[in-house]
Amino acid sequence: MTAVMSNPVFREPETLAGPVREIEFRDAIREAMSEEMRRDKRVFLLGEEVAQYDGAYKVSKGMLAEFGERRIIDTPISESGFAGMAIGAASMGLRPIVEFMSWSFSLVAADPILNNAPKMLYMSGGQLGCPIVFRGNDGAGGQLGSTHSWCVEGLYSNVPGVKIVIPSCPADAKGLMKTAIRDDDPVFFLESERMLGNKGHVPEGEYLIPFGHAAVRRKGKDVTLCSWGRPVNFCLEAAEILAKEGIDVEVIDLRTIRPLDLPTVVRSVKKTNCAVVVDQSWSFASPGGELAALIHRHCFDDLDNFVHRVHTDDVPTPYSSKLEQEYLPNVRKICEAVRAATYRA
Amino acid sequence: MSSAQASPATPIAGNRKLPSLPQATLTKWLRDMHLIREFEVRCMQSYQEKKIGGFCHVYIGQEAVAVGCTQAVRPEDPIVTAYRDHGHALARGMTSRACMAEMYGKVGGCAKGKGGSMHMFDRPNNLYGGHGIVGAQTPLGTGLAFATKYEDEVVHGGKNRRVTLCFLGDGAVNQGAFYEAMNLAGLFDIPVIFIVENNGYSMGTAIHRGTTMSHDLCIKGRAHGLKEATIDGMDVVAVYNEMHALAEWCRANSRPAIVDMKCYRYKGHSMSDPRKYRTREEEERHESNDPIGKFERVLLDHGVVDDAAIKSIMASCREEVRDSIQFSNESPEPPLSDLYTDVFVEPWGPFTGSSQPEFTGGAANVCSFRATDGKEGLV
Repeated sequence: MTAVMSNPVFREPETLAGPVREIEFRDAIREAMSEEMRRDKRVFLLGEEVAQYDGAYKVSKGMLAEFGERRIIDTPISESGFAGMAIGAASMGLRPIVEFMSWSFSLVAADPILNNAPKMLYMSGGQLGCPIVFRGNDGAGGQLGSTHSWCVEGLYSNVPGVKIVIPSCPADAKGLMKTAIRDDDPVFFLESERMLGNKGHVPEGEYLIPFGHAAVRRKGKDVTLCSWGRPVNFCLEAAEILAKEGIDVEVIDLRTIRPLDLPTVVRSVKKTNCAVVVDQSWSFASPGGELAALIHRHCFDDLDNFVHRVHTDDVPTPYSSKLEQEYLPNVRKICEAVRAATYRA
Repeated sequence: MSSAQASPATPIAGNRKLPSLPQATLTKWLRDMHLIREFEVRCMQSYQEKKIGGFCHVYIGQEAVAVGCTQAVRPEDPIVTAYRDHGHALARGMTSRACMAEMYGKVGGCAKGKGGSMHMFDRPNNLYGGHGIVGAQTPLGTGLAFATKYEDEVVHGGKNRRVTLCFLGDGAVNQGAFYEAMNLAGLFDIPVIFIVENNGYSMGTAIHRGTTMSHDLCIKGRAHGLKEATIDGMDVVAVYNEMHALAEWCRANSRPAIVDMKCYRYKGHSMSDPRKYRTREEEERHESNDPIGKFERVLLDHGVVDDAAIKSIMASCREEVRDSIQFSNESPEPPLSDLYTDVFVEPWGPFTGSSQPEFTGGAANVCSFRATDGKEGLV
């Protein structure tokens, strides 16, 4: 079930020659899916409202017209059923892309996505794989209330056998999505409803971004600020503010948390002797907690302070905009954590 | 019981006429049933000897279902089942050695000892598990059938050729996933047959205590437009005849079906079940309707076999299972390195290994991390 590789261009988007356009995050994901569907008939998209409605968030806009209803498939509101169905199809060698309108809705499909997809290969002794991509919106910020604002990476990154991709910008979203579709293992691709309209430079030529390769978004010498997904943008904002205060921040975007590019983080921390982790999931038993533990272990003698962490607050997501903004790992909290970690508080 | 029994039960399909198949085929059915029973009896012994661990659910009494159903379809038709799966694996062609060694947790097992009794996988024979969570295999079965249709129609541009058998127990009909699976199958014209092996008990709960309208489980499929059949699962000839007709209908029409397969589980739910929820008299009544004895009489009446042939079949099954136990005892324990394999096809994705990316200075470091046997992040 290995995909045929037609000499993929495998580069960081900014190193690519050729025209660069500014497109939205959602356009980037759509381009990735469409390109891969043109390349491989085994790839298809299914989910709620992906076809006739053009996608609840317009990510799949126009795809029905190009690929037809056999490959762009509207499902009923039946996450457990269609996630399980797609997993069965993947075990036969198809390469489904399953859209969860929100990752919050994946909770009712927890059994298939956690018990079947990531364990099939192991339980079958290597006979059956599961080349599938689950994708959808993750995280709070849109005043959607407690049940629709899940950061599922806090739950799912605990499970061996899944890859977890959390892009922070349109260019990464495209390159990582193409890699996810070609990957032979189950990939959980976490988008953000808050970012779908964000515009960014995306090269026109084909490129794929590998998993487990962090990007250094900003170089700095005083502190290493590690994050992934939407909070990377908060980190860059905070870094600007902190620069004015004389704190030179290095911002690392992990891009994927499974696999995790620890070497890039360790190299940076050995240089700055200081680390802050920003993670939009709850703090207890979180990916951010895991990364902090790994930094402590691998940089024990290099650290001038313990690794500081910024998370969403340890409460259910509030509806009120004011409360929700305070709840998120926002710029203010990041600045405070960096000042504390660098003894400038 | 409160379950309204207003609608009459679907009549049990009754074509018990021995099909005109080669003598060798009919004899093979008998041998397959004997093999499963002998295999399961020895499983119970091995379990008591603690050679088999964990949960173990034996199939004794239901042999006609797995054999009749698998024989009624083509080898390329996928099948998937729940955790009482040894019978399906053997009927589908898995060797006794691979099946037994899997339960012994040895490298000679079908999944190298990583799956166990509840997770029999056999890709060459199109057996897609062996699934442990009740009802979880029903969306998967729909997905297998979806894939056969998609492969034939979209990838190869032809016509659908395959039908999928998805087995479940009567306890699984109360899981939500089953209804979602049936709805999707009905909606998308998916050729999957949900075979409810209705042995009357979900663990220790008699069916009427847990299931509404339990006199006729086909009702559960009616809301989704599934074709229905109620079949005497204690008669391999009836199972074959009815399933063959049904499978060919589903194949030709690319539509799903549900089967209320009436059968009985002679032993407990699992090895730890003392069966206090039912009477010995009830068990004896069903044991006197034994599918193997019944089929032997049919074959004797039709002159397909004689007593000597039956004895020889039984002897060969005993020998095969004895050999599988010897094989399993002698098969090595998995090496500890096996703990870390088969977690990912490629832990770092499609562009590492031989196609290691050249653009990043981090590549070398990533490689050194990979060299730690999949223990991510630890050096």
